[in-house]
Amino acid sequence: MSHVLIIDAANVVGSRPDGWWKDRAGAARRLHERLLVADTSYDEIVLVLVTYAAFLVFEDLIKLIWGVDPYFAYQPYELLGRVLIGGIGFAVYDVGLFGLAIVIGVAAWWALERTRSGKLLRAVIHDREISTAMGINVARMFTATFVIGAMLGALGGAITAPAISVVPGIGVDVIVLAFAVSVIGGLGSVAGAAVGALVVGLARACAVHFLPEVELFVIYAVMAVVLAFRPQGLFGRPAVRKI
Amino acid sequence: MRTPLSLAALLAALLVAGPLMPSWLVFLLTVAFAKGLVVLGLLVMMRAGLVSFGQGLYYGLGAYAAGLATNLLGVTDAIALVALGGVVSAASGYVLGFVMARYREIFFAMLSLALSMILYGILVRSAALGSTDGFNLPPPSFFGFAFDGQTSRLLVYALTTVVAIGSAMALHRFINSPAGVIGEAILTNEIRVEYLGTSVTGVLHLTYVIGATTAGVGGALIAIAAGHIDPDLAYWTTSGEFVFVAILSGIGHVAAPLLGTAVFEAVRSFAFQYSPYTWQMVVGISMLAVILFLPAGLWSLFARRYRAGGAA
Repeated sequence: MSHVLIIDAANVVGSRPDGWWKDRAGAARRLHERLLVADTSYDEIVLVLVTYAAFLVFEDLIKLIWGVDPYFAYQPYELLGRVLIGGIGFAVYDVGLFGLAIVIGVAAWWALERTRSGKLLRAVIHDREISTAMGINVARMFTATFVIGAMLGALGGAITAPAISVVPGIGVDVIVLAFAVSVIGGLGSVAGAAVGALVVGLARACAVHFLPEVELFVIYAVMAVVLAFRPQGLFGRPAVRKI
Repeated sequence: MRTPLSLAALLAALLVAGPLMPSWLVFLLTVAFAKGLVVLGLLVMMRAGLVSFGQGLYYGLGAYAAGLATNLLGVTDAIALVALGGVVSAASGYVLGFVMARYREIFFAMLSLALSMILYGILVRSAALGSTDGFNLPPPSFFGFAFDGQTSRLLVYALTTVVAIGSAMALHRFINSPAGVIGEAILTNEIRVEYLGTSVTGVLHLTYVIGATTAGVGGALIAIAAGHIDPDLAYWTTSGEFVFVAILSGIGHVAAPLLGTAVFEAVRSFAFQYSPYTWQMVVGISMLAVILFLPAGLWSLFARRYRAGGAA
């Protein structure tokens, strides 16, 4: 019953005049079936759109809950102190970030390349239909991947927080940076992501140091150059063209 | 025949209604149709599988071409400025198209984004062009005559409406022409199209130039309508918004982008006015509602045959 009511509400909001009011239970069932089907047809563009809409909602939720004033979480940064490496002082926290990034990178590589779930996931990426036919639960693989991606994103934000001041809107630039890193490195390669991140970070740092005028767009220039010579990214394999 | 006639009727209705509408609605529709032109170009590109996250490049080029022609050369004729914006963008699109037509999917999206961000960076660093503040344009003239504020705004509205709906008619013909239909075939299966003896690159290049031209014209129109331009026109969030509106509108019909941008601009303006602190949330929730209930876009409300289960 509650299902039927929800569908009524949905139909009124969506106001699709397809005669649903004549057969409300049937309309409910059909919509339910359609949503089930929709769950397995992951159109990338729609995914981008959904995540962007969710991003807009969360941006405002963040402001509503935590206000618009900056937060500072510098205590871990200060308490860990500094260390001299090769005569140059580094914050221990920053050095720790290197370690953490390497650990997570190796773990991601191991999970993707050496475990059963990782192999299943690569099969799904390679060919979704064949994977479904072989009995892989594609929907669950996608959900798990999305959750892992979201967790890594949140972890990235959490470990960055002590080094910066946390203000609403810091998420926007990360979106396009993350895309730039993965495209430069090549899709589906952990080593590529690491190299891409290093390229992006170093390019930006060098630009700030040597040529501040180009700092704003140096990443995109690097991306354009990489794509011009390696259309699949540094570590990407050319996609097999299917007939 | 039906679509051109309906579009002509819509154009007539909009032009007649113009003087009767409150000025805020005139401005909202001017902005919506100027942006609708960019989305119209994206519609043609997306039908061939090219999703550009960098239309801001041509949008910005068109706007800055119009702005510089006004301020440096003293050209104030609105029609000349719009034509100039289109020509500059089309020429740039033609040159860059030789490179861009080789890329597909996310690599196409990211490379187009990279190019638009390079323009953004150059504009921000150009103190002569007002850096991040941009610069103002004097009011436009029409056929050598300058008009007072309200009349001028109505004329800009009329020009924008005529150009937008005229382009919709032209592109309706294009997507039903051999090149337009081959574009759809390329999306379905590129290799087969090549085996059938057609140049995939050639068709994609043409499609790319069309997208660039409409974006440039839209940019010039927005520069004239708003009387101000700044580098944000070329920023990637501007380009992203065009893609989102294109998907929300639906790419089944050339009138969809004009409807979609009008609805999107209206939702955003009202959300901004009535809940200034949570307008992004309102926009986001509206987007989610459209994706959930109208997977084929807003246009499916008007499409004669709604295909059940035709998700995305």
